[in-house]
Amino acid sequence: MSEKKIVRPYGDTTGDGMVQVSFTLPVPHDKRAEGAAVQLANKMGMDPAMLVHAKPIGDGFTFFVVYGRVNHLVDLDQVQVVERDFPLLSAKEVNTVVKQRMRRKLSVVGACIGTDAHTVGIDAILNVKGIAGEKGLEYYRELKVTNMGAQVSVPELVEAARQEKADAVLVSQVVTQRDAHLHNTREMSAAFREAMPAGKRPLLIVGGPRFDETMTAELGVDRIFGRGTTPGEVASYLVHALITARRASS
Amino acid sequence: MTGKLGLDPALVARARELARRAGQPVVDLARSHTTVSVERAVLRLAGVTGADPDGIPWVNRLVDAVVADVGLGHGVAVPVFDAMAREGVSDVTLLAQKAAAGSVRFVQPTAKAATAARRAARRAVAAGVRQIDRRRAERDRLVKRHGDPKQRPWIYLIVATGDIYEDIPQAQAAARAGADVIAVIRSTGQSLLDYVPEGATREGFAGTYATQENFRLMRAALDESSRELGRYVRLTNYASGLCMPEMATLAGLERLDMMLNDSMYGILFRDINPIRTFVDQRFSRQVHARAGIIINTGEDNYLTTADAVDEAHTVTVSQLLNEFFAHEAGLSDGLLGLGHAFEINPEVPESFRLELAHALLARELFPDAPLKWMPPTKHMTGDVFRGNLLDGFFNLVGTMTGQGILLVGMMTEAVVTPWLSDRDIALQNVRYVLGAAGGLHEDFVPAPGGFIQQRAHRVLGEAVELLERIGEQSLLTAIAEGTFGIMKRPADRGKGLDGVAKHEADYFNPATEILEQQPS
Repeated sequence: MSEKKIVRPYGDTTGDGMVQVSFTLPVPHDKRAEGAAVQLANKMGMDPAMLVHAKPIGDGFTFFVVYGRVNHLVDLDQVQVVERDFPLLSAKEVNTVVKQRMRRKLSVVGACIGTDAHTVGIDAILNVKGIAGEKGLEYYRELKVTNMGAQVSVPELVEAARQEKADAVLVSQVVTQRDAHLHNTREMSAAFREAMPAGKRPLLIVGGPRFDETMTAELGVDRIFGRGTTPGEVASYLVHALITARRASS
Repeated sequence: MTGKLGLDPALVARARELARRAGQPVVDLARSHTTVSVERAVLRLAGVTGADPDGIPWVNRLVDAVVADVGLGHGVAVPVFDAMAREGVSDVTLLAQKAAAGSVRFVQPTAKAATAARRAARRAVAAGVRQIDRRRAERDRLVKRHGDPKQRPWIYLIVATGDIYEDIPQAQAAARAGADVIAVIRSTGQSLLDYVPEGATREGFAGTYATQENFRLMRAALDESSRELGRYVRLTNYASGLCMPEMATLAGLERLDMMLNDSMYGILFRDINPIRTFVDQRFSRQVHARAGIIINTGEDNYLTTADAVDEAHTVTVSQLLNEFFAHEAGLSDGLLGLGHAFEINPEVPESFRLELAHALLARELFPDAPLKWMPPTKHMTGDVFRGNLLDGFFNLVGTMTGQGILLVGMMTEAVVTPWLSDRDIALQNVRYVLGAAGGLHEDFVPAPGGFIQQRAHRVLGEAVELLERIGEQSLLTAIAEGTFGIMKRPADRGKGLDGVAKHEADYFNPATEILEQQPS
């Protein structure tokens, strides 16, 4: 039996197309404001749109909650995402592969670059503590982890990568104001390209909640990890990109 | 409110004594060193204002010029006021401009010239301190006129658009919607600037630059709101980072009401040199004490990087250290907004009871401090519906344990900087909980020997153990070895170290002298 290709949102019945949205309009609450909210919902493809909640907030603003049926369809064949293209390994398996095939510790250098002071992402991946019950990369016996912390400059990062003979560099970017995460990432990848010849460059990996995982080429990095990435996925990717895939192709 | 946990008074006293023992060497260190930022704060009190055409404040240019000629270790007050006498300049900002142009040479005078320079410096700085005193009296008058918030905890809300002129209407709207305290978050990275930007600013990254003019504009706007609402609306900013002493001074001069001011945050989370931080800390806290500013400490940050159950005792240890440093600098209990946070993973069984135990422990250890209760951030996943529920439970713990200041949690934490509607929903959440259960702390008494009491006793016990370990090696070593929040911060590394100097025998700082006397 073939899989469904075309889907629409599900409220309580297949095909009902029901969604809910909330938004604020910069108008005082009255009949006209409610009409304006319905008009917006209609333009978003919701028809009929049910205005279930309207409340004045602040001076001259109204908050709305709207439920309604959208007429848009989703074609699953047209969806483009980066699927995981490497096998997920346990910590033990990662250690074994590194030990047997690399015969030395795999060196990882991580940092938050630019003015970003949010170490929560890099710490979740690197600190022993890890995230959601999964231990971070420091826990892996065969990985040598250098966590530079927050607000590291790009030259400092390149220097540390050189000193630690990094096989991979992990950069976390949480702050996204004015696309700071994209600018910082481009600056970082350009600096590595300039400082090291192609064969000697570490694997460049960037992560953060607001990255588009398909932008690797544009940002000049080898891999982008988005929201919800676990240390195990990163470790498995490192083994894949640095050892198993490399050997297979050479 | 005391006595719900049956804490052993001897153990509590021991914890305080251990904190004093751990902290005293750091105080001694702070008393024997100065920093460029402390000296710039002295010059701000003495009346130096403004910046050069590149935006570098005249206090920076003047301190740099003095340091180039005579070094930092004598303090800048005497060389500066000596040069004023020799040059026949009566305006200290004018002297800064001349020094920046290279037309003034500084020396460390001796004998009569030194005595005269000390006297002149002391007079100028005393005028600045008097201005802080006037501001404090003004606050007292306004609080009397408009009144304090009717409920505890005070409701604390953040605005942060980057543009002070956009922040003002947002802050006024937030006050109208129920906020008692407005905090203007600083631009990302300001803590690592070694100067305070000047003037009104309209651009920032994830926050608005803290400048004297921005302070003034926002305080004036909230004075307007206080009149309109019939309650005094407080204003908060940040005395942290490399310019901590100057921030404290500007806050005092512009009548800010609270300042974030933690003894170790800059070291651990910004990699600022430990000695720089402790020296700057002590001076800034002395200014806060004089200005009647409530400090907010940053213990919530430990729990964003470490586990909130396993590491709960590090919060208690930090609170005890912050209390010791604050008392030593002259802050009374009523000005100690010691921090803690609701950061236990909601998947942990009995997480709510654990939160209650931790919050009540802080309440009972520091009965007279207006504790600052911080909302969940680490386990806010982007599921805004669940986030709103968590915030409700956070608010409930806040009211059940008599917290002093409640930072309103946003269901869109980790998603976006708060929208107008997010703030409205969050305040609705707070109002519901305080309205429905505002007096619950009167009835809430944990069962003797039950889960909550046992948990509180255990955390206090672990805190005492950690303080004992710190006592064996010294606080600086403990920080160097990563005892707090996992980061390792040795005393000879970190940002801002080149702006630290050991006092010379003739070091003179009129501000410290005045601040260490009892207010007249």
